[in-house]
Amino acid sequence: MPAQMSPVEQRAPGRWQLGTVTSIKEETPRVKSFRFELPMWMPHLPGQHYDVRLTAPDGYHAERSYSIASSPLDRGEIELTIDRLEDGEVSPYFHDVVVEGDEVELRGPFTSYFVWRGERPVLLVGGGSGVVPLMAILRHRRRTMPELPMRLVYSVRNADDVIYKDELGDDAVLTFTREAPEGWSGHTGRINGELLEQADLDSGSAFVCGSNGFVETASSLLLDAGFPAERIRTERFGPTG
Amino acid sequence: MNGFVSRGFRRHRQTPEDLAERLPPGQYYEPGFPVLTAGPTPKVATEEWSFRIDGMVGKEREWTWGEFGALPFEEVPCDIHCVTKWSKLGTSFRGVSVDVLLEDAEPLEAYAMAFSYGGYTTNHAIEDLTDGKAWVVIEHEGEPLPREHGGPARLLVPHLYFWKSAKWVAGLRVMDHDEPGFWEMNGYHNHGDPWKEQRYWTD
Repeated sequence: MPAQMSPVEQRAPGRWQLGTVTSIKEETPRVKSFRFELPMWMPHLPGQHYDVRLTAPDGYHAERSYSIASSPLDRGEIELTIDRLEDGEVSPYFHDVVVEGDEVELRGPFTSYFVWRGERPVLLVGGGSGVVPLMAILRHRRRTMPELPMRLVYSVRNADDVIYKDELGDDAVLTFTREAPEGWSGHTGRINGELLEQADLDSGSAFVCGSNGFVETASSLLLDAGFPAERIRTERFGPTG
Repeated sequence: MNGFVSRGFRRHRQTPEDLAERLPPGQYYEPGFPVLTAGPTPKVATEEWSFRIDGMVGKEREWTWGEFGALPFEEVPCDIHCVTKWSKLGTSFRGVSVDVLLEDAEPLEAYAMAFSYGGYTTNHAIEDLTDGKAWVVIEHEGEPLPREHGGPARLLVPHLYFWKSAKWVAGLRVMDHDEPGFWEMNGYHNHGDPWKEQRYWTD
């Protein structure tokens, strides 16, 4: 075990625990947010993830990682937002089977790279369900340091894909890549340099999360604008079905 | 949680029967080759690329792309296991054994830090890199290694989780002590044996 442990990891149990589902919110037709009450809850850093383990009656296990969407100020509970992948076996279980009161095995919070520790200013760039860990950052900043400069640029295909739609305020910029809702006067099309001009090249940090293609495009645009690579943190969503 | 069963959960993913026993605990079979990188993808031209072995060695060594290409190559059929739970089974790479690279350098100590273009690092015990267990590879399934997968060259240590196989590898630094690399400092296990499910620090 490495000598240098951050305080969060020192407190983290890293052990499997049984969380209880306390609420389920349908965010979009294929995305739901689940809140879990945890007996061994530990404060996380916004951007961290939990592992989930499902067990079948024959002992078969399936494990996946999901980003935390909630602020660590929500004591005793976490929110995981799960995108339904049709050919998966864990996300369809959450969408089709899990109801309030169900128990789920969880452990975390894990890893301390794609995390926000209060640095400023911050540009968040999310594609699709890549917005989930960024929402944890945005929610936490709204509750702790609302004056801290932070901007979310969020790319979605159409109106049906907007996760957290009631929470996108002045600090969030949406762009619709396939079809904008009727009467939309904001941005359309893929993420571009104009959308990222919010980035503070001198002192800012950027968090980019989405599919590999999205992250490549967005981080290349930031690099082209002169944003230093060491201040761009990325998280690429692999298949997590 | 001994005896816990997830209400209403059944297996859906099928692993081909002949491959099932090659899947470590908690992993699932992934026919594709996902990309996971902690920062922007570095651009490294082969003209600029070199691989060096330094630190506590009898003799520092460095190979340019051209010199590296003259070393003895071998095909490496292997399975790879990513800590994010997917495993790619029955794939292959082509590269130079780390045994060949270390031969002339004469490592004097038991640990090494792999370092990469773009600043990534990952730590290894020398014994995890020798006796035919590690390679520096430049081809995947007969094609030049794509940039997003670490091209022009990556370390390949298939018996450990795949973050130990540093992409865009630039060299190995031999050290007299073990020291955590990038992911090892940020929450992942120091050794990373997939068969022991050594994912995180506390595993």
